[in-house]
Amino acid sequence: MMPSSLFGMAAMPLGTAAMPLAAVNWHGLFFLVFAAVACGMAVAVVLADNIVRMAFYLVLSLGATAGLFFLAGSEFVGAMQLMIYVGGTLVLLVFGVMLTAQAPFVSIKTATGDRVLAGIVAASLLAVLLQAAFSVHAWREPGRLPAARAAGGPLEPMSSPLGMALVGVRVDDPSPGPSEGGGVAQGGAAAGGRSGYLLPFEIVSVHLLVVLVGAAYLARAKRRRSPRELAEALR
Amino acid sequence: MNPLVDPVGVVHYLVVGAVLFTAGIVCMAVKRNALGVLMGIELVLNGANVNFVAFGSPVLRADAGPLAIDGPVIALFVIVLAAAEAAVALAITLNFYNNHSTVDVDRADELKG
Repeated sequence: MMPSSLFGMAAMPLGTAAMPLAAVNWHGLFFLVFAAVACGMAVAVVLADNIVRMAFYLVLSLGATAGLFFLAGSEFVGAMQLMIYVGGTLVLLVFGVMLTAQAPFVSIKTATGDRVLAGIVAASLLAVLLQAAFSVHAWREPGRLPAARAAGGPLEPMSSPLGMALVGVRVDDPSPGPSEGGGVAQGGAAAGGRSGYLLPFEIVSVHLLVVLVGAAYLARAKRRRSPRELAEALR
Repeated sequence: MNPLVDPVGVVHYLVVGAVLFTAGIVCMAVKRNALGVLMGIELVLNGANVNFVAFGSPVLRADAGPLAIDGPVIALFVIVLAAAEAAVALAITLNFYNNHSTVDVDRADELKG
């Protein structure tokens, strides 16, 4: 008796709440959550003095940014953000923090004058950026998620056209170029300048190789010789 | 404009990107720990990435057709270059720490005229 009456009492407000529940814009709600975490943790990185806490806040901020990428329909970029950024770059940073976190360097205070000056500069920069963001009418239009969901088109997985674009083929762009019958050879640059990304892909891979070799060379452990060892070596 | 009622648009992402960018700039400017400066750089790159993804997203804007691949591809390049940059900058920071026994960037003033 008691549980059923409790259930009935609980079901009443739930039933009235079910109508708006179906009308809740979940995409917008999750966007708000992820955006709040990303922005709040970014500000926390600035305000924190402890370097270890800054690293943790940065992990949260970048993870929430990956959630924003998922919400924008770029699931591949979101996954790469989680794997490369949060899983790789930030681990590297945390290693750096651990290697250098001696007691005097864990929290280096910024001078108060610098903080005030930085706050003024940040407010002006933010005002300029927001004004620029709101000034273009096309960007202020509401998103087209309902239409996209109804059409079923843009929510398809994006990783295959992304991979094809990286090897130089644009499968996403069916617009016929000037060389409609000209075959693939003239298709790329002639079709409105929209070709693939094969050359940047190769450049960035060579760049990564060079950078990693350079980083290993720069960070290699140099063996310090004690004066006695040095004297023996010179003898 | 309210994201709880209207569909999320490009401008919402632009606001998030602006906040991340500003936080990164301030972090780069005021932190005295070299690793804090690196974290500011990561924040700046992420703010730019949010903008790239938003401009190319077919979910957020109707006229994203030609940009639907360009935005994510450039965001991927930014992520890769950020990884490379972090590796080199961390190596330089560790070298500085080995040579000077500090990570305070204010102490790196040997080149001052």
